[in-house]
Amino acid sequence: MSNAIVKKSLLSIAIAGAMGASVLAQADVVIGVAGPHTGAYAAFGEQLWRGAEQAAKDINAAGGINGEMIKLVKADDACEPKQAVSVANRLVDSDDAVGVVGHFCSSSTMPASEIYEEAGVLMVTPASTNPRVTDRGLSNVFRVCGRDDQQGDVAGAYIISELNAKRVAIIHDKDTYGKGLADATKSALNNYGVTEVLYEGLTRGEKDFNALVTKIRSVDAEVVYFGGLHSEAGPLVRQLREQGSKAIFISGDGIVSNEFASVAGSPEYIDGVLMTFGADPQSYPAGKKVVQVFKDSGYEPEGYTLYSYAAMQVVVEALKNNDLDPIKGADWLKSNSVSTVMGVKDFDSKGDLKVSDYVMYEWDNTGNYAQVN
Amino acid sequence: MDIVLQQLVNGLTLGSVYGLIAIGYTMVYGIIGMINFAHGDVYMVSAYITAIVVALLSFFGIESFPIIIIGTLFITIAVTGAYGWAIEQIAYRPLRNSGRLSALISAIGMSLILQNYVQISQGARQQGIPTMLTGAVRFDVGDGFVQITYMKLVILLVAFLGMGTLTYIIQRTKLGRMCRATQQDRKMASILGINTDRVISIVFVIGASMAALAGVLITLDYGAFDFYVGFIIGIKAFTAAVLGGIGSLPGAMLGGIILGVSESLFAGLISSDYKDVFSFSLLVIILIFRPSGLLGKPEVEKV
Repeated sequence: MSNAIVKKSLLSIAIAGAMGASVLAQADVVIGVAGPHTGAYAAFGEQLWRGAEQAAKDINAAGGINGEMIKLVKADDACEPKQAVSVANRLVDSDDAVGVVGHFCSSSTMPASEIYEEAGVLMVTPASTNPRVTDRGLSNVFRVCGRDDQQGDVAGAYIISELNAKRVAIIHDKDTYGKGLADATKSALNNYGVTEVLYEGLTRGEKDFNALVTKIRSVDAEVVYFGGLHSEAGPLVRQLREQGSKAIFISGDGIVSNEFASVAGSPEYIDGVLMTFGADPQSYPAGKKVVQVFKDSGYEPEGYTLYSYAAMQVVVEALKNNDLDPIKGADWLKSNSVSTVMGVKDFDSKGDLKVSDYVMYEWDNTGNYAQVN
Repeated sequence: MDIVLQQLVNGLTLGSVYGLIAIGYTMVYGIIGMINFAHGDVYMVSAYITAIVVALLSFFGIESFPIIIIGTLFITIAVTGAYGWAIEQIAYRPLRNSGRLSALISAIGMSLILQNYVQISQGARQQGIPTMLTGAVRFDVGDGFVQITYMKLVILLVAFLGMGTLTYIIQRTKLGRMCRATQQDRKMASILGINTDRVISIVFVIGASMAALAGVLITLDYGAFDFYVGFIIGIKAFTAAVLGGIGSLPGAMLGGIILGVSESLFAGLISSDYKDVFSFSLLVIILIFRPSGLLGKPEVEKV
């Protein structure tokens, strides 16, 4: 390739990029959908986007927000705090977003939420469960999912009373969400008088956890609790099985993706894996119609899809009832209930749901999950 | 006891893969004195090619594991080798005479290009291929056991075969002599009639082939990969190359194995939180006492 061609193509890429950035500037009501749309966790970004997109479509078809149409902007944080800050800045500065559905990873949500607060933008996260997301006292932050301390309580109680396990190994991915969840479960277990036999972190992005697995084997764990996401949980559970460990594997809502089986290599490896997640969002009567719409379009609304739909409804209701003012909308949400695709939601003064509904699910050998009765 | 043995096995398989990738860093550094930062991404590309070849083979109804692994190895090594060759032609050859820094920046650019190209063309999602070879051998040791999957045995076997073949090529063949001559003194070698540009191209192809070997093995074993997998493993392999003495071929292999084994032992016996801290501390300590790495030769100032 000659230098001239390289220069020309670089120039054209630069121009195309600059044009792409300015297209979104003149929309009616701009709402950002922020999450990992690329990267190892893009499966969750897709859930968020699908849910929000469908919600916006339905709301626009019903007349929009007080007659104004919703325009969605996709904001990709790749689950990285640094990138989350820069997309948050982009959303408030150049896209003029008034509301945000997102982010996904707690470690991204927290730094981004501070930028939204400064700019007076309403943020509703469908999926960030770390307690500190709402515990920092920001006025603009809400979530339509539960908290990890609630999730840890459910997991801890299950390990003690259903599994009767005494030897529990706790593994986390050293990230805000994963470690937070692992710590929540650890303290729940400790409250029951059970001390974990192993507490260790692994490195996100690696694939070889054999050394850790051997260590888990060496402490004779009956239960392995993992705080983290499916891209690490898959290889971890597989390598456990490959080294002949039969320990029960439990994790949280971070593995609720149909990629879990493919990342593990085969659904056989995840057979019997337990996870805590909100009561099946597809079971709410209010959501039946929406679930059907998703299924008709050939998409299974798994994991956080409906949460994202609900988060969009919360943002829209708050804006609709407060003349599109996100700051007033945030105050309004703390004293009014919103009916969503997942039932009626009430928020407390911190922005948490008043009622959370974590239950235990089990994966089977076909790569699907169902609630444990 | 069984645990230590198991950790040794874990470390050895991991380390042999680090070693394979480290070869690419060390040979390129040895011959043109440049760190090829795109090398980790060449490994990543080979993981995708592996998945494509596996899918193609199963599309044609080939089920037997030996045929799949041999076919995948050959095709992936050929295609990845072509990538290595093309990268050198596009990104490094035009900068051959313009200082190390420009080539380094070009390497970083190449790394970004490969990542983004794969991300856009193959999608950003995590990809997976189904498990090909299941089963494991189990040895009882004392009251415990050591369990090694067949795939891990294949990794060890193929990795050491690959390293052995390469050592033979470099030490015993005409091509190897040309490589070594070019490494020692590029100008003199070219005066003596060696086409040094071609030798450099071949070194890139060899480096990419070894990365492809690692890519095939790791992808068939772990099954999961995305466009970013080259980063961490690339850093580790680079560390292994420096540890063993950058520029030295046996050094890269030894460095890889030392890194893999010490990582596993540390993670297994002490703490997996700090295993990376430990491996890099090890690197620092070795570089304090042997600044050119374990098997590296100190640079002699030519007067």
